[in-house]
Amino acid sequence: MSVLVDDDTRVVVQGITGGEGKFHAGQMLEYGTNVVAGAVPGKGGQEVHGVPVYDTVDEAVEKEDADASVVFVPPAFASDAMFEALDTDLDLVVAITEGVPTQDMARVKRRLSETDTHLIGPNCPGLITPGEAKLGILPGNIFAAGDVGLVSRSGTLTYQVVDNLTKRGIGQTTAIGIGGDPIIGTSFIDALELFENDPDTKAIAMCGEIGGEDEEQAAAYIDEHVDTPVAGFIAGRTAPPGKRMGHAGAIVSGSGTGTAESKINALNDAGVPVGDTPEEVADHIEGFL
Amino acid sequence: MKLHEYQAKQVFADAGIPTPASTLADDVDGVLTAAEDIGYPVAVKAQVQVGGRGKAGGIKLVEDAEEAREAAESILGMDLKGYHVDRVLVEEAVDFTDELYVGVTMDRGEGKPVAMVSTKGGVDIEAVAEETPEAIASEHIDPAFGMHPYQARKAVYDAGIDAHLARDVASVLTTLYQLWDDKDGADAEINPLMVTSDDEVIAADAVMNIDEDALFRQPELAEMEAEAASGDELEQKADEYSFDYVRLEGNVGIIGNGAGLVMTTLDLVDHYGGTPANFLDVGGGAKAERIANALDMVFSDENVDSVVFNIFGGITRGDEVAKGINEALGQFEEIPKPVVVRLAGTNWEAGMEILNEDLVTVEATLESAVQRAVSYADEVNQ
Repeated sequence: MSVLVDDDTRVVVQGITGGEGKFHAGQMLEYGTNVVAGAVPGKGGQEVHGVPVYDTVDEAVEKEDADASVVFVPPAFASDAMFEALDTDLDLVVAITEGVPTQDMARVKRRLSETDTHLIGPNCPGLITPGEAKLGILPGNIFAAGDVGLVSRSGTLTYQVVDNLTKRGIGQTTAIGIGGDPIIGTSFIDALELFENDPDTKAIAMCGEIGGEDEEQAAAYIDEHVDTPVAGFIAGRTAPPGKRMGHAGAIVSGSGTGTAESKINALNDAGVPVGDTPEEVADHIEGFL
Repeated sequence: MKLHEYQAKQVFADAGIPTPASTLADDVDGVLTAAEDIGYPVAVKAQVQVGGRGKAGGIKLVEDAEEAREAAESILGMDLKGYHVDRVLVEEAVDFTDELYVGVTMDRGEGKPVAMVSTKGGVDIEAVAEETPEAIASEHIDPAFGMHPYQARKAVYDAGIDAHLARDVASVLTTLYQLWDDKDGADAEINPLMVTSDDEVIAADAVMNIDEDALFRQPELAEMEAEAASGDELEQKADEYSFDYVRLEGNVGIIGNGAGLVMTTLDLVDHYGGTPANFLDVGGGAKAERIANALDMVFSDENVDSVVFNIFGGITRGDEVAKGINEALGQFEEIPKPVVVRLAGTNWEAGMEILNEDLVTVEATLESAVQRAVSYADEVNQ
């Protein structure tokens, strides 16, 4: 079992003829993902890695029965690509693009609220169900199938924590990189709910970072609704206020909200141990299993 | 990206928001000429991007030419919280009876813009929000429709603005929202919005933060950024290399890929008793040249005593990283500062084969690499 993706997921890649889209469509196919179509305006009729390309997502869905999309479209056009995907009633849309304007995402989020689609990202590495499918840019070889659900705002930090787990022989049900932007589709809470309802997920690792209040809200949600044990990690303890630490969302405001301390306290209060190092997160998870 | 006060005021004035008469000046004569044109009293305001300018001596109210000269001489060229002041805004001093607040920002939790009005202007609005949140009236805006006229009126009524000012304040809020929307604002704020003795409202300060990810479609604002680049030389250099870089106070230089992992590396330096010198994210898929540029950046910081290079490759490949490190360090007769490297993820084995271990110290884990770099930095300071 897993959440959101498995070996039945049928994927259309938006932007499959671009450099990133082409490379990662190949990597996804190699991992075993059912990439069934590409969608690029003006490129209908071509093939990439033997996968047929259509002019619209709608046509890709109609001809190839796709139920998920991965968006590799430059920032200026990414929100349009997400609207197109949301208008075709896919189950899942994964937006990898980094640098989507925040006001565009506010409009996408508004549209998302009218659909049943799960949107992951933007500015995320995607998600993977080890041994079955990966949608995005995660390096497949560091993951292993197992019992731990992982949700993270950061790509490479996800890899770091997964690596610490896999090297101890602890595998993952599904790992989801939800993205580092201020406005994203799937939140920590959405991901926690999915893992809580997955009978095979026996423990959850949650990696947050400074900025916003998503981790605090997730802590309150865990307290009320999550029985599966959760271990946490929060990046950015040493970040100075008012500076954007790479991710557009990773900024501590002048008034002190969004600090690592506030997030760690909230998680601890909800009974979630927070590791000082990625290795300590793996220690906690190992203790749960 | 934060606009300077004079830039934000220009943007607001162009949109029809009342602002005091003002002129930018970069020398004493310019200040005096501007003050004569505007008419005394005037305010002389340092144009640097730091809070608390007034308290730090960066804003002075002057009554005549003698005082204007003194103010210009003391403010121009001063160091204001680490920023060199090379321009001042000479501005009409407004005779006011009251100070209000209007602002628009993105409520990231809700994923919606929020428009705010308060009668408690002229003070730190974040403190007001903390202590008396009921003093700030706010309206969430549906991004699909924009702000309805009734929402501007409602915010003004809810805030308890005097009836005879309501129409003008609602009009300023409507314009401010439109600007925020058109210019891809992150925050747009007028604090204080002054009420004059003639019952006019006027924007005495102007704050405008632009979403950096939207600058590609805001060419006029992108040009302003070039004019008002950061005061820190290293941060300017990082802009040239297009790195996400933040300079800190410590002595352990940090280079990595991905914001979350770089932040984690900083945190671990602190955890193991060191102090981070910087945040530097090379981004995804960095090639050899970019890696070499990153090392150049960190070596340029004279506070740095050791460097930890932590790469977990997803789209970044270990062999490219190793090539970049060899190239960058190969050009030195003596390596300026010890470099500890940890490579993991995509092509890390290939990277380890390429990496010249005479030039760097290799560690297998994130934790051990950070500990090693911290101990190198400690040795320098013994």
